Amino acid sequence: MFSIEVTDLKKSYGSLKAVDGITFTVKQGEVFGLLGPNGAGKTTTIEIMEGLRERDSGEVKILGLDPWKDGYEVHKKIGVIPQEFTFFEKTTPKEAINYYANLFNVKVDADAILKEVLLDEMEKHVFESLSGGQKQKTGLALSLVNSPEVLFLDEPTTGLDPNARRAIWEVIRKLKSKGKTIILTTHYLDEAQQLADRVAIMDHGHIVAIGTTEEIIQQHGSGERLEIQGTQQLAKYIKENTDLQVEYNQIREKIIIPLKNKIDMLAALAAAEQSKMPWGEIQTLQDSLEDVFIKLINEPLGEQQEKEIEQKSNKKGRR
Amino acid sequence: MVSFKRIYADFKVFSVGYLRNKYGLFFGLIFPVILILIFGAIFSGDTGTTDIYAQNKDEGIFNPEGITGIGINFGDQFLSALNESSTIRVVIVDASENFEDFLKAHSAEDGIVIPANFSKAYASGQQVNITVYGSPASSTSGIVSGTVSGYANYFNLQHYNGSVIIGVTLTPLNAQQTNYIDFLIPGLIGFSILTNPMFSLVNIAADYKKNKLFKQLSLTPLTKMEWLTSKVLFYIVLSAAGFLLMVSVGVFAFGAHIMLSSLEQILALIPFLILGPTLFASLGMLVGSVAKNPETAGVIGNIVTFPMMFLAGTFFPLSMMPKYLQTVAHVLPLFYVTEGLNNVMVYGNITNACIDIAVLGVITAVIFLLAVKLFKWRED
Repeated sequence: MFSIEVTDLKKSYGSLKAVDGITFTVKQGEVFGLLGPNGAGKTTTIEIMEGLRERDSGEVKILGLDPWKDGYEVHKKIGVIPQEFTFFEKTTPKEAINYYANLFNVKVDADAILKEVLLDEMEKHVFESLSGGQKQKTGLALSLVNSPEVLFLDEPTTGLDPNARRAIWEVIRKLKSKGKTIILTTHYLDEAQQLADRVAIMDHGHIVAIGTTEEIIQQHGSGERLEIQGTQQLAKYIKENTDLQVEYNQIREKIIIPLKNKIDMLAALAAAEQSKMPWGEIQTLQDSLEDVFIKLINEPLGEQQEKEIEQKSNKKGRR
Repeated sequence: MVSFKRIYADFKVFSVGYLRNKYGLFFGLIFPVILILIFGAIFSGDTGTTDIYAQNKDEGIFNPEGITGIGINFGDQFLSALNESSTIRVVIVDASENFEDFLKAHSAEDGIVIPANFSKAYASGQQVNITVYGSPASSTSGIVSGTVSGYANYFNLQHYNGSVIIGVTLTPLNAQQTNYIDFLIPGLIGFSILTNPMFSLVNIAADYKKNKLFKQLSLTPLTKMEWLTSKVLFYIVLSAAGFLLMVSVGVFAFGAHIMLSSLEQILALIPFLILGPTLFASLGMLVGSVAKNPETAGVIGNIVTFPMMFLAGTFFPLSMMPKYLQTVAHVLPLFYVTEGLNNVMVYGNITNACIDIAVLGVITAVIFLLAVKLFKWRED
């Protein structure tokens, strides 16, 4: 049973293709991470799924409903924290929860929700006086008022200090254990690794990799490699005296040798020993998600593009 | 379906937030009162002479017996004599005007009319009466009737050794004396009905759009119509509170004459206190929606608001302004609020107030619907 089905979704702002034909599904109870640099199209995708933006083409089903046409129905069943969540400045978290409960026409125990998001000690403070983490928690609390089946969290920990991030993670894990389907966008790779069952890496409106983090590393990573601390001469010596492929990182002063077989390691070390040149620490390493991410995203910082998307999308939305 | 539960929930959250904001409360309720105190103090000084309207219907006489000269008009003589007094300045009204209507239209409560047969009767020694209009409650009426009587006696003495030829008929006018403060109270009520919802909604519309709060709200069952309705209700309540506060200050601090004695007047007042805030909350929303960012919204808001603030009869009565500016005022929506409030509270003219209500009702409906249509929760 899929909670979310997205098929060949496209969305452009003028000539800019923010989302360019992406397809994925999210199972019920799954935590799905949308990763990508700024401007990759994460927020556009998530806002289309939430029914906040109209798509150009493709199919989107949230719990079997079209989020744009059936927005009213969809919104009763989903919870959302938009990027940089804000609320009425002079309203306390508790008042905000009761307000949402009245809007959704549901009865809730505001104290219990505040406890659930670890905000119970702040119930009397108005929103503007809360810290960044507490504000995000207020957003989380509000997204829970209507007991949603699906939660959309758009960069829930961006700009928070490490402790606040970990507190939010804890809340998200609790929600996951309750069987909620959660869509999470983030550009923190550790966050995705910590929380998500599966991730999709987006770049320039495309999904460039999708699966569990292990699957992605296996598919797109370079496998195991040997790193030896040493000089460029040593690297050269090893290269000339073995069949191995040898790279040298001057900054880190590391000789890097991809390992096709475990036995290659012996050949490399034998050559090093034979050279009579000094060598230091040896390590075998595997690509992390971060390595894969950097490999997949050719232009790592799309700040300019993100700005462009934001400007164009705002212009569009104003009509 | 419009849900009153949701409107009430939004109303409550907004009101509590507003009350926690000291600036909001200051500009909402205290600031207009301060304006009343300032302007009331500036214009409370006495002017010394009293202007009175006078209509001379006297047809005059030709070659009367015993008096030489051709074509004498004793009415004119009487009025110019009056004008030389230090207490009265005569303002001549054309004989073709309906005098009582004229007084009402100019919100004047004192006036004198010299009858058509004045010269004839005076010359032939028959008794004739000058009509003096005045309100018993007015402080100037005593001055006027006293001065006119005095000059009548003088004329009587001059030719008839004191036998009463010219008499004075006092006609009480159902008009109160109107002072500047009487105009200022409805004017400043109009001012706060304009500025409070207008500035606030311009701000909110632009701010919520920038902070994505509208997006946030669009994810709840609250509709934008319900949201705007709740804001409108809030500003109706705030305007009503402001109204009571300003009227109290006007009456108790400056002795303003506010005519709210009959049920009819109170009923006529209510539509202005409802339509006004509705109109300007919607207009503010409209401005905030069409503007690109909060800064532009502020500028457009000021361009729309400032002419109304000064030209729609808020700080001074419209009759003080030149004709062309009075014409301009008629296209400003606030004009119908201040004029209507004046009609009810100062002149007690319910019929005219009903016209204002009708015009205001149409403008309000159009702006409200336009605002609901043009402002967007979601983006495409």
